[in-house]
Amino acid sequence: MKYLDEYRDASIVRALAERVRQAATRRWVLMEVCGGQTHTIVKQGLDELVGDAVEMIHGPGCPVCVTPLEQIDKALHIAARPDVIFTSFGDMLRVPGSECDLQQVRARGGTVRVVYSPLDALQLAIRNPDKQVVFFAVGFETTAPANAMAVWRARELRIPNFSVLVSHVTVPPAMTALLSAPDNRVQGFLAAGHVCTVMGWSEYEPIAAQYRVPIVVTGFETVDIMEGMLMAVEQLESGRFEVENQYVRSVKREGTVPARTLVSEVFELVDRKWRGIGEIPRSGLGLRPEFADFDAELRFGLSDLSVAEPAECRAGDVLRGKLKPFECPAFGVSCTPERPLGAPMVSSEGACAAYFNYGRLRRREKEREGSMTAEVPS
Amino acid sequence: MTTSLASGVSCATPLVETDRVQLGHGSGGKMSAALLRDRFMPLLDNPVLRQCADAAVVPVEAGEIAISTDTFVVSPLEFPGGNIGSLAVHGTLNDLAMMGARPKFLTAGFVLEEGLHLDVLDRVVAAMATAALANGVALIAGDTKVVERGRADGLYLNTTGVGLMDGAFRPRPDAVQNGDVLIISGPVACHGMAIMSAREGLEFEAEIRSDSACLVPLVERLRERVGSAVHAMRDPTRGGLASALNELAATSGIGVLLHEGAVVVPPPVAAACEMLGLDPLYVANEGVLVAFVAPDAAPEALAALRSHPLGTRAAVAGHAVSDNPGLVVLRTTIGSRRVVDMLPGDQLPRIC
Repeated sequence: MKYLDEYRDASIVRALAERVRQAATRRWVLMEVCGGQTHTIVKQGLDELVGDAVEMIHGPGCPVCVTPLEQIDKALHIAARPDVIFTSFGDMLRVPGSECDLQQVRARGGTVRVVYSPLDALQLAIRNPDKQVVFFAVGFETTAPANAMAVWRARELRIPNFSVLVSHVTVPPAMTALLSAPDNRVQGFLAAGHVCTVMGWSEYEPIAAQYRVPIVVTGFETVDIMEGMLMAVEQLESGRFEVENQYVRSVKREGTVPARTLVSEVFELVDRKWRGIGEIPRSGLGLRPEFADFDAELRFGLSDLSVAEPAECRAGDVLRGKLKPFECPAFGVSCTPERPLGAPMVSSEGACAAYFNYGRLRRREKEREGSMTAEVPS
Repeated sequence: MTTSLASGVSCATPLVETDRVQLGHGSGGKMSAALLRDRFMPLLDNPVLRQCADAAVVPVEAGEIAISTDTFVVSPLEFPGGNIGSLAVHGTLNDLAMMGARPKFLTAGFVLEEGLHLDVLDRVVAAMATAALANGVALIAGDTKVVERGRADGLYLNTTGVGLMDGAFRPRPDAVQNGDVLIISGPVACHGMAIMSAREGLEFEAEIRSDSACLVPLVERLRERVGSAVHAMRDPTRGGLASALNELAATSGIGVLLHEGAVVVPPPVAAACEMLGLDPLYVANEGVLVAFVAPDAAPEALAALRSHPLGTRAAVAGHAVSDNPGLVVLRTTIGSRRVVDMLPGDQLPRIC
């Protein structure tokens, strides 16, 4: 496929991996921010290729995974109403709330539809004037422009039966929160290429300088990620800590200005809870007061709902890079893709699901090596 | 059709020509008879069906028969490369063929939704007739019901097929042996993406067509040229190639090593999968078979498949191994390995 195959070329990936191994004089700890990158790394086994040169910690950049339980419960509450058509991106459907998930709400009679764009949800509202159509606006800065556009259009067209349940989050505050933690191990970042396509990278420059970490804006294909790793390792080896752009075919320093403008006109920075991490100040996007008419939480009177996270799920430690998914006691035992305890086991971008689906072979082989070692008589 | 009045007197209501299915078409009365006479019989006619008896009585040779049933609920009813009628015939015949049976008879049960355009029904029945005729299969029994508007999605269709077993040739899902060569008969993920594209209104440079096809001729060539060296076959429909291989691995208690580079995904299909965030290994096929073949017969099996238009792109895509029994392991093009698991449920499109 043109424009994709070039970035999946196996010989280039292997050559880059070799350069990473040669460049590293020690083992460096890098974090890829975005869940899409996690997916590529684990699916293609990229961390295997670089051997001991790099340890990858999977970051919090999966929008499904970080959506807090109480927002899921609000979604379930709204979706169960007979007067509502609830619309969402596909992978939110299986995220467990306190009692069930959106698929179960649908089976019990709720109307839940998967859409590919919030503008499709707006069209549904126009076609169904007797129903309330609610869109679950989740995601990072990547999905924010389209969601902002839907709200903007709804106001322009005066669509009274459309609203959004907003659970938007932004990347830089999460990176700062991780770097400020006393037990932080992350020495460099692969920043999320599509977030930066919208936002540019100027907001990462103060982070790189203050915390002395290289930040490489990186794409999502195997060649992109391996090249991003190489650029980060080369910076670390030469003592630099800059923002560099690997994803030049998509990202400019200033980002995409019309998209940024639209986002800032519709949304404002708000404090936001992250699943497993807790509240991070000014880390989310909420609707500005002038768009309050389209806020589903206000429309359905749910602003005060607050829910505690289940204790057994260690999603927070996984999302902060403190725990590998398979080190969690619940992993593969009480938590599987069929019966997920937490969101990282649901989304294909989630670190736990990625390991469950693609990493089990390595885990099994490691266990086998371990048991063979244990059987050797002393 | 008659309407009863309170007095018990009944008054005839006229039979109106209609272009849509009405509840009366399922009444068992004159409208039902007209539907059968005008819409079904002209296309499906054969001596057994013509008897219109409560059950079809057919002669069979001595031996074993294979029976398979499948219900089709595809939406949209018509899609590039076929419709629910051709799909329902191919699907059931393919299931028989995967067990080594030669399909002989077919039954069809229709559930029609009130309001369905009769033109659509005509095209569905015509496609069934064409598919059955092309493969020497007679439709010998059928049933039609009509449900109120809103209680079905246009039309649902069940087909049951009966095939005759042929002594020596009997591939089985539990008969894959260590060392067997895995052959895939063609490109994957076409049917599922044709349906998804039609449903989402997506358009690509090249139209994505369903691969819906009857695999019986391909199986015949395997039977003739390598026979019992074919240990197991499956048509990877719902759940795609990944699920079919997992089922065979689990049933046979062997591991499967699959080579990513050997699995062909046509470029427009791959592009659609990328756009919709789906993995082609899990997308449905309706005209592809996978076969596990004894290693020394594999070149001949490959040549046999390639000698038929449906199998020109057949390829060796892996083999059965003793490592990791029950697991399907993919060797990626960059040389790493990963487990290809069954999905817990539907494949859900990703956010971004």
